[in-house]
Amino acid sequence: MGSIKISNLHKVYNESKVPVKAVNGIDLEIKQGEFTAIVGPSGSGKTTLLNMVGGLDSPTMGDIEIDNVHIGSLNSKELITYRLNNIGFVFQSYNLIPVLTALENVAFIMELQGIPKDERNKTAKELLEKVGIADKINDRPGELSGGQQQRVAVARALASKPKFILADEPTANLDSKSTSDLLDLMQQMNDEYDTTFIFSTHDQRVMEKARRIITIDDGLVSSDILKN
Amino acid sequence: MKSLIKIAWRSLWRNKRRTLITSASVFLAVFLALFMRSMQIGSYEMMTDMAVREAGHLQIHKNGYWEKKSINYFMDYSNEIKREVESNPNISIAIPRMDNFALASYGDLTKGVAIQGIIPDMTDDRINLSKRIVKGRYLKENDTGVVLAEGLANYLKIDVNDTLVLLGQGYQGISAAAIYPVVGIVKFPIPKLNNLMMYMHLDQAQETFAPYNPDLISALVIELKDVDDLSEEANILNERIGFNYEVLSWEQMLQEVVQQIESDNAGGIVMLGILYLIVAFGIFSTVLMMTVERRREFAIMVAVGLNRSKLAIITLFETILIAIIGVIAGVIFSVPVLQYFHHNPIPLTGDLADMMLEFNYEPIMPFSLESFIFVSQGLTVLLIAMGIAIYPMIYAYWFKLLKAMRK
Ligand SMILES: Nc1ncnc2c1ncn2[C@@H]1O[C@H](COP(=O)(O)OP(=O)(O)O)[C@@H](O)[C@H]1O
Ligand SMILES: [Mg+2]
Repeated sequence: MGSIKISNLHKVYNESKVPVKAVNGIDLEIKQGEFTAIVGPSGSGKTTLLNMVGGLDSPTMGDIEIDNVHIGSLNSKELITYRLNNIGFVFQSYNLIPVLTALENVAFIMELQGIPKDERNKTAKELLEKVGIADKINDRPGELSGGQQQRVAVARALASKPKFILADEPTANLDSKSTSDLLDLMQQMNDEYDTTFIFSTHDQRVMEKARRIITIDDGLVSSDILKN
Repeated sequence: MKSLIKIAWRSLWRNKRRTLITSASVFLAVFLALFMRSMQIGSYEMMTDMAVREAGHLQIHKNGYWEKKSINYFMDYSNEIKREVESNPNISIAIPRMDNFALASYGDLTKGVAIQGIIPDMTDDRINLSKRIVKGRYLKENDTGVVLAEGLANYLKIDVNDTLVLLGQGYQGISAAAIYPVVGIVKFPIPKLNNLMMYMHLDQAQETFAPYNPDLISALVIELKDVDDLSEEANILNERIGFNYEVLSWEQMLQEVVQQIESDNAGGIVMLGILYLIVAFGIFSTVLMMTVERRREFAIMVAVGLNRSKLAIITLFETILIAIIGVIAGVIFSVPVLQYFHHNPIPLTGDLADMMLEFNYEPIMPFSLESFIFVSQGLTVLLIAMGIAIYPMIYAYWFKLLKAMRK
């Protein structure tokens, strides 16, 4: 479970004025359990691609199929439920609900899924321990460092037991120590839960941690390297 | 749902000062509104009460009397009417009386007077004349004396135990003349009544003005038990006793009181409208800011799987909570204040005071503690808040996810 098939994907912005071809015909297959980096210079189309895979944006043309579901066939309400149950998100920054504690942030996702209170609190605690902030579970995001916030975001992304986790430049706002810690954590979670991780970056050190590196230039895949 | 309330509640306190200022404005408006309404409703209650004590809920006259106010439109308090009134389960009391004009003389002084022939006990229960006695005594059963208003007595230079001559026109053109001992003097605070009124037993009035029609009265004053719909009640009664009679409600007879209440009430509602408009703008600007500054936050929540309808509910809660805090504080603060003024009313001057004096009431500003005042003001503010919440709710439903994420 958790394989993604992208075929002939296009995204054109500003179609009426000056069109920008952000994604220009991408074909990709990502399998269950991968730990994959999407790399490329700023403006190459990484965010656009991830947004479409995550069901946050709709393609101008082409198809995204996730475990036999064509994302394009879902309406916006179905998409929200689909995202809730199938995709974990880690954004660049300000990921968390600022008025909820770390624990509540993680538990909230499970509450939306209808998981009973005891269970979700237990799972949330376990996850926060795993991501290494067991002593901060009752702090609000504002009281946490950037790196700690991203760890909570990873815990939240895992909490819904998604098919895969999309992380758009999750380390962009972190110092190098926090960056490598977060990558180690993501790798560890990928091993432990066998959850697919797809993250974008233009940071050399980050991409080195990936097992597969997909490079994008001007909305096209320019290289796709599988390491071992 | 609990989490949604939690998020809403905590979001409010992220900017404590702004929320407090907004809720405080609601509080102030609710307090002012309650204070004003309590005072207005209190005075309307009193005016209505005064009017009913004076005129009864209904009066039965001979048809045309109220327009002509002439002795030729007096009616017989017949057995039929008596039976009708006694058998009507909704009538708690029926008091006959005779209002008439005549000339009163003492020595070589003469003055026009307004005479009320009354049944002393029944009338006193309603308008408390006996309390206004400043000299002598009040009328009693079978009394053959009269009670004069103080200004009238002074004009005539007459005193208690002196004898007064009354001259006037009786029923159906007969001339009426009689002499009465003055048994008491009453004092009214306003000159119009104080210079004009004279009270005697109804039997005496009938004997003087209608010696051949011993049951003649000008009006039968009726008080009802249940006063849901006065004009309906009047119509029913009128149909039963026939259209030789007119049955009028106090609202028809004392239209100036009704008009005064209505125009004052309309003014009050306009004031409330302005007050709440100002408050609505305050709430709206806070809610607007709370929405605008959290665009990215909303987007993240929807991105990770929060339904837009739930997001809308969060914003609804926030708006309503701001209002509820203000309403609750306003009510909690108002109740003891209004209770104080209810028991220690403010003394009054001016037009309203004069009118109250006219009806033999103390000129005070009474405060009503009717619960509907609190309920209606609270509900009004909540409705306003709900109206304002439409804005963030619409935003929650329609905002563009990606655009908001890029903020
Ligand atoms: N909403 C948008 N409207 C117009 N152009 C956009 C929009 N979003 C992205 N673009 C353009 O699409 C291209 C790809 O952007 P993006 O996917 O954000 O790249 P990356 O994440 O790799 O930096 C860029 O040229 C960017 O300016
Ligand atoms: Mg990007």
